[in-house]
Amino acid sequence: MQLVQQVRQAVRLGRLDPGDRLPTVREVAESLAINPNTVLKAYRELELEGLVEARTGLGTYVRGHSGRALPNQAALERELAAWLRKARTAGWEKEDVVAVIETTLRATYATSHGRREGAA
Amino acid sequence: MSLGDITRPVLETTGLAKGYGRVWALRDCTLALPPGRVAALVGPNGAGKTTLMHLAMGLLRPDAGSMRVLGQQAANNTDVLARVGFVAQETPLFRDFRVSEMLTLGSRLNRRFDIAHARHRLERLGIPLDRRTRTLSGGQRAQVALTLALAKRPELLLLDEPLASLDPLARREFLQTLMGAVAEDGTTVLLSSHLVGDLERVCDHLIVLHSARVQVAGDVDTLLAEHRVLVGPAHDPSKVEHIAGAAAVIQESRLEKQTTLMVRTTGLIPDPKWTVSEVTLEDLVLAYLANSEAGRLPGPTRIRREVPA
Repeated sequence: MQLVQQVRQAVRLGRLDPGDRLPTVREVAESLAINPNTVLKAYRELELEGLVEARTGLGTYVRGHSGRALPNQAALERELAAWLRKARTAGWEKEDVVAVIETTLRATYATSHGRREGAA
Repeated sequence: MSLGDITRPVLETTGLAKGYGRVWALRDCTLALPPGRVAALVGPNGAGKTTLMHLAMGLLRPDAGSMRVLGQQAANNTDVLARVGFVAQETPLFRDFRVSEMLTLGSRLNRRFDIAHARHRLERLGIPLDRRTRTLSGGQRAQVALTLALAKRPELLLLDEPLASLDPLARREFLQTLMGAVAEDGTTVLLSSHLVGDLERVCDHLIVLHSARVQVAGDVDTLLAEHRVLVGPAHDPSKVEHIAGAAAVIQESRLEKQTTLMVRTTGLIPDPKWTVSEVTLEDLVLAYLANSEAGRLPGPTRIRREVPA
């Protein structure tokens, strides 16, 4: 759902801070001209992901996400940037990079993802 | 409100039929619209959309079957009429009335009419109350008609082709007002249109009518989950129904080397020769409209034919 992705990204990129209130279901439904049930579902999905919490009678708030810092983030980002520079030097287009990353991502995470689903 | 009220359909028809002379405007119509839904009523001109709405309003009496609205027979029922809002095609208003006079008229004609709320809504939309309705734009007239219908605080709101004559911006503004009202009051809405494209984001229930019959109806998410497009190699036509996981073929198109099918599924399509993709609401509606027999096939019978008795 587009709405879920937007909020997820806004939280990850820090455009929404912990404690920020999301607009009400009515406000979103009206301003985007979409079904209120769609908005409700999106909010529920975000709640399940732990990104937001519903406070009864008050609204939906962005949760603190201190535990979300990724281990080794800086080092891994540096390695990725170095790899991307190499790809560009070799003449790869952006689309080539995206295609390779998507395929490799799927292959690499396929096994662990399957295991997680099996455990659930 | 008891649990019965929460789950009981707001609109329920059983074997409903209405004819004009020798022509059926609607027949074999069995539907249930749960409370709080925004239902798109889609079909070509003459499919029976307006007839269904007039039956729901109680303006017409069924020739067969029943039309129950809010738990009661709808025909000539003033209690039902008071709780149902209706905006007719072309959003008719008295052309020489000022907007404020339309509001006064509405409050005199209806037992329940929230005139303050209506005034506030129109002010927020920037529609001057002292203007005569004939001097308003099409979009503004539609907003006034919608506001008048909403002021009754209806439990069921029937909108007959309200978007047909509006430009894209006015359509959006109309749907914004409508969605705001639905979020606020939980109103159940039945909204008719030629095409579903405009309604994809606003409706969560779908009713497709074609040639006076219901082609397909149900919860949008369920319908989308039940239908898939399959692309595969050119296929012997007689074998089309032997696809594991498919209950019915809604639409098929063939090229020399490739077959594309829209099917109603019973589960996963296990055969790897088919590339399976999801359908959009518009694909689904167009497929059912283009293949008017599709909806009437009882799904599972096709599969059973595969198994020798």
